[in-house]
Amino acid sequence: MNTTFDIDSMLDTMAGALRPRLDHNPLMIGIHTGGVWVAEQLHRRLGLTEPLGTLDISFYRDDFSRIGMNPQVRTSDLSTSVEGRHIILVDDVLHTGRTIRAAMNEIFDYGRPDAIILACLIERNGHELPIRADVAGQSLTLRPNQHIKLVRNEKDGTLALTLQEANE
Amino acid sequence: MTDDLLYDEHGRLRHLLTIEGLKRQTILDILDTAQSFIAVGEREIKKVPLLRGKTVVNLFFEASTRTRTTFEIAAKRLSADVINLNPSVSSTKKGETLLDTIGNLEAMHTDLFVVRHANSGTAYMIAKHLPDHVRLVNAGDGRHAHPTQALLDSFTIRQYKHDFTDLKVAIVGDILHSRVARSLIHALNILGVPDIRVIGPKTLLPVDVERLGVSKHYDMYAGLDDVDVVVMLRLQRERMQGALIPSEQEYFNLYGLTEEKLAMAKSDAIVMHPGPMNRGLEIDSKVADSDRSVILPQVTNGIAVRMAVMALIMGGQGQGNRPNVRSTGGES
Repeated sequence: MNTTFDIDSMLDTMAGALRPRLDHNPLMIGIHTGGVWVAEQLHRRLGLTEPLGTLDISFYRDDFSRIGMNPQVRTSDLSTSVEGRHIILVDDVLHTGRTIRAAMNEIFDYGRPDAIILACLIERNGHELPIRADVAGQSLTLRPNQHIKLVRNEKDGTLALTLQEANE
Repeated sequence: MTDDLLYDEHGRLRHLLTIEGLKRQTILDILDTAQSFIAVGEREIKKVPLLRGKTVVNLFFEASTRTRTTFEIAAKRLSADVINLNPSVSSTKKGETLLDTIGNLEAMHTDLFVVRHANSGTAYMIAKHLPDHVRLVNAGDGRHAHPTQALLDSFTIRQYKHDFTDLKVAIVGDILHSRVARSLIHALNILGVPDIRVIGPKTLLPVDVERLGVSKHYDMYAGLDDVDVVVMLRLQRERMQGALIPSEQEYFNLYGLTEEKLAMAKSDAIVMHPGPMNRGLEIDSKVADSDRSVILPQVTNGIAVRMAVMALIMGGQGQGNRPNVRSTGGES
């Protein structure tokens, strides 16, 4: 499958869908690592002034006792209180929904937000939990052995999506 | 020491018994993970769910307040259930052997033992007898090792000095009897600290201490010259009876850390102490309470570092079937 993605227009679509929802004390939070990259782009497009929050969900993963901890865990950075905020949670790819569940669990350990909406660059099939994106750049139907991954060029910061196929 | 007690077949840390034999990357992983746990300790809810449903037994055959408490807080912040046992006043008094005590606790589905014992090698001996899915952290065994203290000291040094490869570190006091010193020297060597010095009276320095990769100083002024980090050790008062030091006053004069002696170190040198401190014996109160002292941050860091150690060795521990627990011991 040879697919090229226009990430800029996907981000524009997302920003357009998010703009009317910024009335109530919004706080944008990106999930490490790809979600933070997407959130940085949205944050800029939407002209949000408050710093972006970041989450590393390693301490909340549901497969910890099976696969252990990722030693490259980053620090979650939520410098402002989430109490009473309307949170825009941002990730790169929504697949099973387990990452989002872990992220929501972590957010509630910081306080009680008024609302959380989910914005993802890609929403693909394969959900395992009742979690859906409120805003998505693009929806994709992929085979179970296909994986889509967001990568960033470290030199110029541009984002690209790559589609990988695992051998069956 | 066999490597398979330290690392499992996937190269993951299995038990934390000593610093010797640890890979540099393992130590860095622990310090990096601890950094993230520092942030957890500053939150409204200071708990993460990693060890939910796991049972941690703090087995302290030797008295300790700070170490036991920080292990307990660390395990609780990881959402584990924690039992504190002080077997010197319970079953061992009734004649139960050490391995019987362990066997009974295993039968209660303990997942992780944190063990302190006055005899060197106890942690290793217990680890050898544990079934595959149970983990152990050495919280100090005799004169041998105190790995989590060395890790939290390394963490604290990195917090203030950032880079290990350009540092001069002095460790002062009773090196001979100190598991803290031994473990810290190994850690600093692995982390690439180029200049490690031990300072103390002849009677309290091991004869061949240079073999650990350190230089030896009897004169504290010379030893502290230009150092970045000063680690003071607790002088155990019982050493006095062994005639290893002449008197408290003379020890303080020669090896007590005063502002005057600290002036030999770099102007931004930090002062560390594993606690508990003897003020006026190995450290002057003025220094202990000064802004150069990072003794209290060491305690706070100790929680994060112990969380990191427990999280790393317990990860992946639940895979596969639990083998049957060893049948040993009897009714107590």
